[in-house]
Amino acid sequence: MSVDAETGRGDRRSRILGDLRGARNVGIAVTSTVVFFAVIVAVIVTSAGWPEVRKAFFDRKIFSDSFPEIAHAFLLNIRIFITAEALILVFALAIAVLRGLPGPVLFPFRLLAVLYTDLFRGIPTILVIYILGFGAPALQLSGVPNSPLFWGVTALVLVYSAYVAEVYRAGIDSVHPSQEAAARSLGLSRGQTLRYVIVPQAVRRVIPPLLNDFIGLQKDSALVALIGPIEAFRQSQIDVAATFNYTPYMATALLFILVTIPLARFTDWLIARDRRRQSAGGAQ
Amino acid sequence: MRPKTILLLGATALLAIVAAGCGGGSKKSAASTSSGCSVDQLNLVHKGQLTIGTDNPAFPPWFGGTPPKGSMWKVSDPNSGQGFESAVAYAVAGKLGFKKSDVHWVVVPFEQSFKPGSKSFDFDVNQVSFTPARANSVDFSDSYYNVNQALIGLKGTPITSAKTIADVKGYKLGVQIGTTSYAYVTKNIKPSKQPSVYNTSSDVNSGLKAHQIDGIVVDLPTAFYITAVQIPQATIVGQFPTVGTPEHFGMVLAKGNNLTSCVDKALASLKSAGTLAKIQQEWLSNKASAPVLK
Repeated sequence: MSVDAETGRGDRRSRILGDLRGARNVGIAVTSTVVFFAVIVAVIVTSAGWPEVRKAFFDRKIFSDSFPEIAHAFLLNIRIFITAEALILVFALAIAVLRGLPGPVLFPFRLLAVLYTDLFRGIPTILVIYILGFGAPALQLSGVPNSPLFWGVTALVLVYSAYVAEVYRAGIDSVHPSQEAAARSLGLSRGQTLRYVIVPQAVRRVIPPLLNDFIGLQKDSALVALIGPIEAFRQSQIDVAATFNYTPYMATALLFILVTIPLARFTDWLIARDRRRQSAGGAQ
Repeated sequence: MRPKTILLLGATALLAIVAAGCGGGSKKSAASTSSGCSVDQLNLVHKGQLTIGTDNPAFPPWFGGTPPKGSMWKVSDPNSGQGFESAVAYAVAGKLGFKKSDVHWVVVPFEQSFKPGSKSFDFDVNQVSFTPARANSVDFSDSYYNVNQALIGLKGTPITSAKTIADVKGYKLGVQIGTTSYAYVTKNIKPSKQPSVYNTSSDVNSGLKAHQIDGIVVDLPTAFYITAVQIPQATIVGQFPTVGTPEHFGMVLAKGNNLTSCVDKALASLKSAGTLAKIQQEWLSNKASAPVLK
């Protein structure tokens, strides 16, 4: 993952803040920021349709009326994506390991893993949710749950595991073959090599892109609403339909931002830490 | 000609153009503020034609007719004049002075009907119920149909033996997003399980067929169509009583449109002449035959 060889400076400063040493630079940055956002706000606020848009999207009363209900419904989103994330971490790793198995005898497993990742990365998430959510329960197989929530989470796990399996695979491939050779020469079995040498290194390298996929997953938890459950997006749709005013959508957007931004910053911090460690160690 | 003369002539011409422009402008604004309802006085999306919106597919009994090959319309064809809402729309158009060929239908999904900014339709007729909150964002015409909610269940399932609203409380109900059926469920039925809410009426039907919900709450005329055509293995359990003011469908128009009062006048004369009742009789006549859940 350490692709930032082009900077190659052991840079400890955050990229967003850039080089802000000196009062003059800070002053310039502040001025340019204020001017930049002032221009954007001015263009929007002076536009002909702004009064109408403000009424339709930023109604204070409708916001405060709808927010508590939407926030309550958002707990369901949190349950959906935390459950899905836990399952994906395990399932995707199994797929990635399956795909890396050596030898001609194990070809069917490799084929299965390739087919799986191709299929579920190829179908839009929304379709997987529809097909599983309505199709699987309609089979009326005994012992198979027909809860929309179950099938919604299953669909998300299947789709996102396909992505995350590829992330894991990239991580596994990035561990130098000499690591495996060294482990085997120490007497570790193939399974032990994988368990104690390859996977731990691979997982550490792929944590940032993995979290990136989870940010996507958190937003897609709203798609589960299509098959019935009332989560935050559905609750806001109900409120929009009741008032013919779009403000509840802004409340939902705010809630999603409140959970995704901390995760995005955490990911950035992990990447920065990784870069620091690698440049400090002098490897690569 | 001497330069001065040219200048004078030019100035006079300019003055004439400006005067003409002003004259035209003031005439136009006079027309749009007058309460006249003749076709050339109406504030229309496309001059000389009436543009009516509804969702696609348009379902019976609200719309009828078979879409011709290559038509964008599915299930029903609003251009046919068949089905309750299509017939009402053409009757209103006729009262406003439009020929049948002047009427044009456009697809307007429910959420598009109330978006801010300019509208793609003169009025939208799509089983939209009037509520005071909604009337803050759009104009509604007067009622063209007073509606009751009904309950559908699969034949042979326990919900079909319900006789009262209290009997329904323990079941998982499903509704379509944006409908007042949802409001009726949460305000008046108050079920113990959270209702499922779907994007489209077809999705609600899928939920029932997959046994993910025990019953569908939907307006009564649609309930007749669902049980007759879409899910023959389902039956109407009953219709719900009106609570408070009767719920009614209105046409949706842009807020502050001068067309609204003209559509209301047209509807009023259709009501007093008995035309509206006749159309209702023709397309929604089986309304009376569902028992009431008390």
